[in-house]
Amino acid sequence: MENLRQQIAEMRQSFFDEEILDKQFYQLELLEKRGNPNFVEEVLTVYFRESTTLLQTIEQAIETEPIEPVKVDRMLYKLKGSSANIGANKVRNNVTKTRQLVEGGNLEGAKAAFQELRNEHANLRAKLELYFQQLRQACPAETASRPVPAEVILHDARPGDHRSRSC
Amino acid sequence: MNLSSGKEYISTASSSAGWKAGDAAAADQFPAGLRVLVVDDDPTCLMILEKMLRTCLYAVTKCSRAETALLMLRENKNGFDIVISDVHMPDMDGFKLLEHIGLEMDLPVIMMSADDGKHVVMKGVTHGACDYLIKPVRIEALKNIWQHVVRKRRNEWRDFEQSGSVEEGDRLLKQSDDADYSSSANEGNWKSSKRRKDDEDETDERDDTSTLKKPRVVWSVELHQQFVAAVNQLGIDKAVPKKILELMNVPGLTRENVASHLQKYRLYLRRLSGVSQHPSNLNSSFMSPQEAVFGPLSSLNGLDLQTLAATGQLPAQSLATLQAAGLGRSAGKPGIPMPFVDQRDIFSFENPKLRFGEGQQQHVNNNKQMNLLHGIPTTMEPKQLAGLHHTAQSMGNMNMQVASNGSQSSQNIPLLMQMAQPQARGQVINDSSLGHATRLLSPMGQPILSNGIAANVSTKTGIQENVRAPSYNPVLQTSSMLNFPMNHASELPGNSFPLGTTPGIPSLTPKVAFQEDVNSDSKGSVGFMPSYDIFNDLNQHKPQNWELQNIGMTFDASQHSNNLQGNHNHSQPVLVQQGFSSGQVNGQNKSATVVSKAIFSAGDSTGHANAQNGNQHLNSLLVDGTVRVKSETVADATPTNLYPDHFGQEDLMSALLKQQDVVAPAEHEFDFDGYSLDNIPE
Repeated sequence: MENLRQQIAEMRQSFFDEEILDKQFYQLELLEKRGNPNFVEEVLTVYFRESTTLLQTIEQAIETEPIEPVKVDRMLYKLKGSSANIGANKVRNNVTKTRQLVEGGNLEGAKAAFQELRNEHANLRAKLELYFQQLRQACPAETASRPVPAEVILHDARPGDHRSRSC
Repeated sequence: MNLSSGKEYISTASSSAGWKAGDAAAADQFPAGLRVLVVDDDPTCLMILEKMLRTCLYAVTKCSRAETALLMLRENKNGFDIVISDVHMPDMDGFKLLEHIGLEMDLPVIMMSADDGKHVVMKGVTHGACDYLIKPVRIEALKNIWQHVVRKRRNEWRDFEQSGSVEEGDRLLKQSDDADYSSSANEGNWKSSKRRKDDEDETDERDDTSTLKKPRVVWSVELHQQFVAAVNQLGIDKAVPKKILELMNVPGLTRENVASHLQKYRLYLRRLSGVSQHPSNLNSSFMSPQEAVFGPLSSLNGLDLQTLAATGQLPAQSLATLQAAGLGRSAGKPGIPMPFVDQRDIFSFENPKLRFGEGQQQHVNNNKQMNLLHGIPTTMEPKQLAGLHHTAQSMGNMNMQVASNGSQSSQNIPLLMQMAQPQARGQVINDSSLGHATRLLSPMGQPILSNGIAANVSTKTGIQENVRAPSYNPVLQTSSMLNFPMNHASELPGNSFPLGTTPGIPSLTPKVAFQEDVNSDSKGSVGFMPSYDIFNDLNQHKPQNWELQNIGMTFDASQHSNNLQGNHNHSQPVLVQQGFSSGQVNGQNKSATVVSKAIFSAGDSTGHANAQNGNQHLNSLLVDGTVRVKSETVADATPTNLYPDHFGQEDLMSALLKQQDVVAPAEHEFDFDGYSLDNIPE
């Protein structure tokens, strides 16, 4: 069990280290900590549902010629906002990049960037799903007591404190 | 999937809160329990915000569609303390929502967006948002949003308190403007430039703060005049906001301000042409003094202007201002252009209308804010005046005549001329001759706007709508009409209409009810009698009081109006004061009192005149208007901006409209025949 917890903690830390997630994710964790069990997972569920649909729509718009840059941009902007809200750092950066290319008229470049975005999004989803799966495993009965780190260990060299509450 | 689907919204009271506004216990816990409405089309964001706000112990309601949010807000005007909205939403632009809320409910609104571009943030400022948050929003940013609520309330109180003296009218108007402006957002700075210098400072400081009431453009008479001049120069067909803006060359004015104002103006013109004439009336000689008065228009004063304008005397611009005010006010009714009632129309109207003498002034009583065109262009023909008077009497029914005159066409004079309350009525009507405009007033006690102020007296409360079609009959015919907007204040729901503020312009609560079709609309309103809505609310005074008070407006053809200027006490005998029960008028802060004041000031028997900021103005206004009738008088009265005279009718209207969020009883539609009330009792 302890191993599992450790594993979970490390996984979480890696998210930040790799900048897949940013401080905003930590904010969500804090909110959960304050008496809102499963909050993070709920939010992520909503996010992935919405963003997956949105990505499909964007893909369609991008692949259909002639593309409507304004429309595509509007959708990308939306995706950017929601990704930022959950702290999906890399995803958001990819969105920004794609937007710039669309705006610049570089259709090919935009398409390529979009693919990258899709991949990153899928990657994030897989990782988080695994993460929460493990969390559930670690604390099956008490979802409320999911280990929420006391602080986010970011790359700004904060002392790494892998404290995690026990289930 | 929306956390909150279209129509639903989930109200989540904060766990610890559960307090209700006004609940003493809750107050202790403030800001806990603050009622926040969150609008965002992104469900993820909505979910997070809700959680964060709940963590801050606020009572959160989330909504994913702007229209749903508006519905909710409308259904329960006092149900929320603050609104947080996203900028980019599919069904409605966040700024549009912001404007609506500002116009209708005047709640503090915080904008949010992932977009942190300077221009977007600036747009938020100019549209009146009290803050702008960049997404992703952090809980720390939300913790302090209660400050905006407090700040806004404080400012409102300040405005409220200030609406006192007529002198303050200006200032008051300004403040009220700030408080309840509904005009397009604009920076306060801009406003201050419009305002009188003495107010400028105040405005400046207030407007600068983003937390102040959303700075909105106040279409003062002058400004409106400039606008109209520009439009005329370009040609109504070719007048595009951009060009108008360039021609006007007013610093701080944005294209959007002009665009929205233009829209209103166009509607106004349309109405006018339907009624009788042409929009040119608007530009007709307005009573110059009006300018001051209408400035803020927020209060009835603006309305008065309209009326005055209607009489043709009022410069189209004033009316416009009034209209604007009225427009602004009536639940954001856009475009209620205060139709200036052609004098012609007014006059024709008069006869039927002026029933004042006979009837009672009822109209005045109505809260209808009669837009007394106090300053209504004096060109009212005597006959008309007389007519007005009579009608004024029956003003209570104000809608009267305005409506009746078909000609007047719906232009209900935004200025709710509170047709002198019944009491005064009698008097007013007496004089059929224009010259008697003043006379009219006197008996009536109602400010008979000799200037054919077509007050669209919309009967009471809620008349707001009525006012709409301002068919101003420039001459309030009198009598009661003048119960202008004094009521505004009261009527206005919570708007701090400076009724009192509007100097001289008895701004019938902003509701300049321009009745589109006078006929139809005015019906209700004219009957002021019933106690103007404005008044009712304001001072609860009886409409009766109004009569007198408003009537103060009855200017004697002679200079009474001059008296009005600023003298609160004008006791213009002639005017209305007759029966004023003055108390009311005075009491009304903001509200119509202002108007009534003006009117009454002429003979303000009770001294309301004084109190009424507006009264003063009214008188002035009326005076101005009446002056016309007589020929001049009042021009001086303008100190208080109440002078509807100079306001382009439109200005007035718009000002009124704008100012008056609450469509105050200004619903009265009076068709004033351009009678100018000479001595509007202060």
